[in-house]
Amino acid sequence: MKTLKIEELSKNFGSTEVLRKINLEINEGNFLVLLGPSGCGKSTLLNIIAGLETINEGNVFIDDYNVSKVEPKDRNIAMVFQSYALYPSMNVRENMIFGLKQAKTSKEKIEEQLEKVSKFLQVDQLLERKPSQLSGGQRQRVAIGRALVREPRIFLFDEPLSNLDAKLRVEMRREIKKLHQQLKTTVVYVTHDQTEAMSLGTRIAIMNHGVIQQNDTPENIYNKPSNTFVADFIGSPSMNLIKGTLKETSGEISFTASSSNIEIPIKDYEFKNKSNLNNKEVFFGIRPEHIYFKKSNESDFEINLRADLSEYIGHEQIMTFDYSNQEILAKFPSTIKIQLARETKLFFDLTQTSLFDAQTEERI
Amino acid sequence: MQDSLKSSSYQQLEQKSKYTNMFLRWFLYFILILFASYFIFPLYVMVVTSLKTMEEIRQGTLLSWPSGLNLESWAVAWGGRGYGAGDTFLRPYFWNSIKMVVPAVFFSTFIGAMTGYVLTKWRFKGDQWVFLFLLFGCFIPFQAILLPMARTLGVLGISNSVVGLVLVHTVYGIPFTTLFFRNYYVSVPTELVKAARIDGAGFFKIFFKILLPISAPIIVVTVIWQFTQIWNDFLFGSTFSFGEAAPIQVALNNMVLSSTSVKEYNVDMASAIIAGIPTLIVYVLAGKYFIRGLTSGAVKG
Repeated sequence: MKTLKIEELSKNFGSTEVLRKINLEINEGNFLVLLGPSGCGKSTLLNIIAGLETINEGNVFIDDYNVSKVEPKDRNIAMVFQSYALYPSMNVRENMIFGLKQAKTSKEKIEEQLEKVSKFLQVDQLLERKPSQLSGGQRQRVAIGRALVREPRIFLFDEPLSNLDAKLRVEMRREIKKLHQQLKTTVVYVTHDQTEAMSLGTRIAIMNHGVIQQNDTPENIYNKPSNTFVADFIGSPSMNLIKGTLKETSGEISFTASSSNIEIPIKDYEFKNKSNLNNKEVFFGIRPEHIYFKKSNESDFEINLRADLSEYIGHEQIMTFDYSNQEILAKFPSTIKIQLARETKLFFDLTQTSLFDAQTEERI
Repeated sequence: MQDSLKSSSYQQLEQKSKYTNMFLRWFLYFILILFASYFIFPLYVMVVTSLKTMEEIRQGTLLSWPSGLNLESWAVAWGGRGYGAGDTFLRPYFWNSIKMVVPAVFFSTFIGAMTGYVLTKWRFKGDQWVFLFLLFGCFIPFQAILLPMARTLGVLGISNSVVGLVLVHTVYGIPFTTLFFRNYYVSVPTELVKAARIDGAGFFKIFFKILLPISAPIIVVTVIWQFTQIWNDFLFGSTFSFGEAAPIQVALNNMVLSSTSVKEYNVDMASAIIAGIPTLIVYVLAGKYFIRGLTSGAVKG
């Protein structure tokens, strides 16, 4: 039984296609993050799961029950919004029990739930306050509390941290993580912040133009991006994609960047399909943090590149190098001194590379 | 030497700027007082005249003080002289106006709030057009709807009645009240409605429990606006009602214009003030919310 299953779901607003044939499954207790740039359809997908938006095609199942045409309140879900959406005229207590009251829950049950949840979230001292008298973090907690009291099957979060300042955001992120560890509920969480997605999700679905690009564990998303979009979207600065061709000579595969004659051997790479690799146009992907200043693995590939630009950001520095007229970024600790406009010896970690077909932009 | 010269010239400049500033300040006060007296002048004349006897009015000037606090003309304006026929006084018409203005303000405000709520939070296909046509209603001159409205009232059988006037003012007010509420609700986050829907609240519950409690500023604006419009209306009142059912503005006109004998300026002035007092009260009570409501944008949760 899947807690949530989405089948061939499509949605359009007038002639604009927002979601295209989405298929998604979530197991009990998983934390799924929908990640993507703005306008990719992630919030629409969340609204559809909540029942706030209608579906053009496809179905949504919660606990194997087709809820595509069921009202939001009957779907056994709860949602936390970006603007918190606390009812301004009600105090914290009324805000939290509004849903239970609508569902005609017994008075004792309401009180019991309220006490449990408000203690758990440490808002039991704030029950008589109005939302306008709360700080950002407190509002966030009350909004989560309002979702918790209903004991839903699935929690939906719509960018709940983006209204908070940077410091509070990190704190609340950890609280949400703790919450999930303790309660082990199923969560669908929408964000455009990759750090949030990586740290919270047990699974991440990366979306672009209404299509899920990759639905995988955070580790796989980071290490084995399934196409250039994912490779480029995840990581800061994003993965270097060097254009060039593959060569196959007597079973040995190597990569040569365009207008360069340096051959980089490809040895331990897991190809999806090993045929027709010779002369294939590809992107060679390597993350800035996998370019080293000192040799650290036996297989590291030594290369001399000219440093063009240095960006100091405190604990580290981002250097821009020139690799036969293609820009390459690398990240080093800021203690290392590198002279600009000079050739510098660097090491590519070949165990951490990705290769993409230059035409389809898919991983090969 | 150089330094002291410099400092003395700075002192001169300082003096000069002080005088300029003082002059400008006094000039500003002069202008302000001038405008204030210009606006207060008519009211002064009205109040003073209403407290004089006819004798004093004939002998004194427009600006002269009354000899005492003579409230007789106020009593006459409100309750008449006790003649039989032909004696027009304001009391019955004042109550006519109250009976007209209270329900008309209530219904137009309520309907406007509902429409504004639907147009912003329950968007439907073509809602933009509905709003556009409602907006047209704000620009239709009073005169243009007189004939069709008279016909409608006739068909409904409520012409020449307070009920008829309530209907006219409610209908004519809806475009304005809708505009107010729509613009206010646009700035209320739609996520509130979504949250309430997930919590299981329906259309009316969301309106009454979530939106209406935070609408106080715009309700005040709408009520003041509608109250002033309806209370001060003369055209609809004089067209759709006569005799007993007329509102106060029509009665005031009849009193002042139709007196065949001597013009009683003191009674006229008292009547005019009485007819204007309710709107003044509304402004004094709710005026500060009026400005606040007009300028307030988003509801900060």
